[in-house]
Amino acid sequence: MLHDIFIAPFADMIAAPDFLMQVLWEGLVSGILYALIALGFVLIYRSSRIFNFAQGIMVVFAALTLVGLHAMGVPAWISVVLTLAVMFGLAVAIERVVLRPLVGQPDIILFMATIGITLFLIGFGEIIFGGENKVMITEELGIPTGSWTLEPFGGLLILEQKDVTAVAVAAMLVVGLLVFLNRTQMGRAIRALGDDSQAALSVGISLRTIWVLVWFIAGIIALVTGIAWGARAGVSFALEVIAYKALPVLMLGGLESIAGAIIGGLMIGVLEKLFEIYWGQPLLGGNTETWFAFVLALIVLLFRPQGLFGERIIERV
Amino acid sequence: MFYRAAGQFKTSYRADQALFPVRQDAMLLGFILILAWVVFPLTASEFAFQTLLIPILIYSLAALGLNILTGYAGQLSLGTAAFMGVGAYACYKMVTLMPWMSPVVAILLSGVFSAGIGVVFGIPSLRIKGFYLAIATLAAQFFLVWLFEKWAWLYNYNASGAIQVPNLQSFGVYVSGPQATSMVQYYVVLAVVTLLTWVCINLTRGTTGRIWKATRDMDFAAELIGINLMKSKLGAFAVSSYIVGVAGALFVFMWRGAAEPNLFDVPLSFRILFIAIIGGLGSILGNYLGAILIVGLPVILGVLPEVLGMQTDSALAEHLNTMIVGALIIFFLIVEPHGLAQLWRLIREKLVIWPFPH
Amino acid sequence: MLDATEGHTTADGRKIGPVVMEMKNITLRFGGVVAIENISFDIREGEIRAIIGPNGAGKSSMLNVVSGFYTPQEGEVWFRGQPRPPMKPYQVARQGIARTFQNIALFEGMTVLDNVMTGRLTHMKAGLFSQALWKGRAEAEETANREIAERVIDFLEIQAIRKTPVSRLPYGLKKRVELARALAAEPKLLLLDEPMAGMNVEEKEDMSRFILDVNDEFGTTIALIEHDMGVVMDLSDRVVVMDYGKKIGDGTPDEVRNNQEVIDAYLGVQH
Ligand SMILES: Nc1ncnc2c1ncn2[C@@H]1O[C@H](COP(=O)(O)OP(=O)(O)O)[C@@H](O)[C@H]1O
Ligand SMILES: [Mg+2]
Repeated sequence: MLHDIFIAPFADMIAAPDFLMQVLWEGLVSGILYALIALGFVLIYRSSRIFNFAQGIMVVFAALTLVGLHAMGVPAWISVVLTLAVMFGLAVAIERVVLRPLVGQPDIILFMATIGITLFLIGFGEIIFGGENKVMITEELGIPTGSWTLEPFGGLLILEQKDVTAVAVAAMLVVGLLVFLNRTQMGRAIRALGDDSQAALSVGISLRTIWVLVWFIAGIIALVTGIAWGARAGVSFALEVIAYKALPVLMLGGLESIAGAIIGGLMIGVLEKLFEIYWGQPLLGGNTETWFAFVLALIVLLFRPQGLFGERIIERV
Repeated sequence: MFYRAAGQFKTSYRADQALFPVRQDAMLLGFILILAWVVFPLTASEFAFQTLLIPILIYSLAALGLNILTGYAGQLSLGTAAFMGVGAYACYKMVTLMPWMSPVVAILLSGVFSAGIGVVFGIPSLRIKGFYLAIATLAAQFFLVWLFEKWAWLYNYNASGAIQVPNLQSFGVYVSGPQATSMVQYYVVLAVVTLLTWVCINLTRGTTGRIWKATRDMDFAAELIGINLMKSKLGAFAVSSYIVGVAGALFVFMWRGAAEPNLFDVPLSFRILFIAIIGGLGSILGNYLGAILIVGLPVILGVLPEVLGMQTDSALAEHLNTMIVGALIIFFLIVEPHGLAQLWRLIREKLVIWPFPH
Repeated sequence: MLDATEGHTTADGRKIGPVVMEMKNITLRFGGVVAIENISFDIREGEIRAIIGPNGAGKSSMLNVVSGFYTPQEGEVWFRGQPRPPMKPYQVARQGIARTFQNIALFEGMTVLDNVMTGRLTHMKAGLFSQALWKGRAEAEETANREIAERVIDFLEIQAIRKTPVSRLPYGLKKRVELARALAAEPKLLLLDEPMAGMNVEEKEDMSRFILDVNDEFGTTIALIEHDMGVVMDLSDRVVVMDYGKKIGDGTPDEVRNNQEVIDAYLGVQH
């Protein structure tokens, strides 16, 4: 038993380093998508104190819209542009109908409202697009679907080209967001908002504009993750679960930390994959990815309540 | 006319602390109890039992359990369904391992198991708060549902992976399984729900209730006036999980008749959360109002097209229902963040001073 | 100097007893910030002891050390002649130490009466079972403690608002309800962190009267932080002066008023 837990998995890793690399790669692909979604959460949280539970359904909604538009005969790239327009419309609608009337309410109320948005979009999406699994328009978007085969350590490592594309696009989006947050006035206002709303307002950008903007950014992130994940698993409401994975990332990285979201996302993507392959499947009957990230985050927080990157705060009275 | 508090002077603190200081409240409750205990069961159709009466009571109870934790003690939980699952599986194991045990006793005992597991998953609440804790409760949600699926002992190694409620008797009457009548099951549910509601009312209006509310409203101040936060929070997790577990056992044994692990997945947790929120966090009555709305709405939406002579499409009705519930949540949060219970309170206040508003 | 073990009587006839609480060489740091640096002082039974000093001097931190909310890196807290082992705040409260907060910390979702009743929690012992049934001890306790809570409510003249949710109260009344909650605990030692901050003259006079009455009628020992020098001089028997985490003065109001270091550090500066 102890041998199975503490020795055998590592022996397996050493015995087949190419397979280990494959596992790490798969983890990395998931991880970067988790990081991206977590980043969307963080932006919204920093700028409005809203814990946006609707992020997951936005992924589904964006993917469904894209696929649905294409099915109606709209060319692929125009569908992307139209989907972005829809996500922008959604951001405006949410700001107008939900956020503005609820401004100043306690955190939990705003959180509940995002659950309301989630339900509304689920029902709406089902009615418009139907709930059956659809195929992502991967090829139509010009995403390569082949794979590269590498031979590290004389073994075999297969990199799906669509995964490589996903990683590249997600990484570019992350970098783009970082540049936006650090280099533009609007971006700095968003960051300042997390620390002090007065400072942000003094920049001269209205809070509403910022809200629409961060929700639109969350919409763009949703579309990118929707395409990337949809290309691997198809487009259905089950996609929502990948947004759940961003939650333990936030626990580890902190609700307000941009760096935490990125590092935490990659960490969780890789660790949950390693655990599943080397411990979950042989010892626990598999499918541990549903809970591993949550339990890991929980255990870390028991010992470091401030999260991995947060500073210890002593409460004041 | 209805609510005249004037003239009903309290002569002792004891009288003022009575459950219903205003007489009309007691009368209203009596009326509701007569409806629930006599009128409904004698007049309800099978359809009414199965789609309204029994599920409304069970959902109310689950929401009540969640409300203890989230509404009273301030610890947001997103894992209610998993604890219902613990109750259901515990009940199933008890009645199959000990067939002589009365199913009603088994249902009441099953909450003990969910309470124990609730306390374990409540431990993080001692160190983390708010959304971080809410996410931590999702750990329970996902882990437990996974466990229900992987731990074959729980479902007695059934090939289907589901649990099937056996025919069981109590005092010579079938109370569970296909042989049990809806009316008997309704009475079992009603008895359990009435008992636990009464207990919750007592707990929340006294010392324990104040300890929980203090923990919810300002935890450090609570600790500085002498409240042991660990006891307060874990106590809330225990009581809440007990009730939720019993609700889970009722859910499967008195209503569904069978259960698969994914029955206890996130959507059920959220459903119960909505009931508690729309009903009103920190209110007992709200759970019933919320359950009536959330359970009743799809029934109405399902029946409505038929009544109007339109073509029925049950899938469309279901999606429409989801959409409407989502919109309702947002609507309620904007109009009355404290839920239906608060609306009733406001109406009642108006009635008390009626017809002399000032 | 007085002997720590004996008492004396003040000019206005109140009994001041022996030392009940003694802070010995307390040092408290937050990361690099030294909030309290090697401070010692004592509190005698029945006296009103003031702590004054500019903002950020470490006064609230000192009360938090007394309450057990902060654990000092160095030094000891002696209570009733014995060193106090490390304790959780709730354990400190159960030793008969109650307090109010600089920024009001009432339970906003509860009524005034319920808030005051929470002050009685340390005195309530009924088990869960008895509470669940609302029978026996739980019911008796509820009535008995309600009477005490009502006496406090009468004492502080807040009868009219007893069933009002505190979230609807104006600032000044909230401060008073907070005092009521602390008094309901019938504390031996009452800690007040800026009880009059943000009040108008009238409210301050009311509050001063209440503080004197509490001390006078129940013999409650009081340690209070206050900015208003006039109030401090009127109320307190002895004053500790803090500045940048250090103690720069300790004595009767007159002694402190004439202490050159205090004049420089505090009285000269406008707050
Ligand atoms: N919980 C805390 N974390 C970090 N620094 C603190 C904390 N509490 C107090 N301080 C610091 O300790 C110093 C003293 O603060 P405080 O005791 O509140 O002063 P006062 O009550 O005299 O105004 C200040 O520099 C303050 O910033
Ligand atoms: Mg202070």
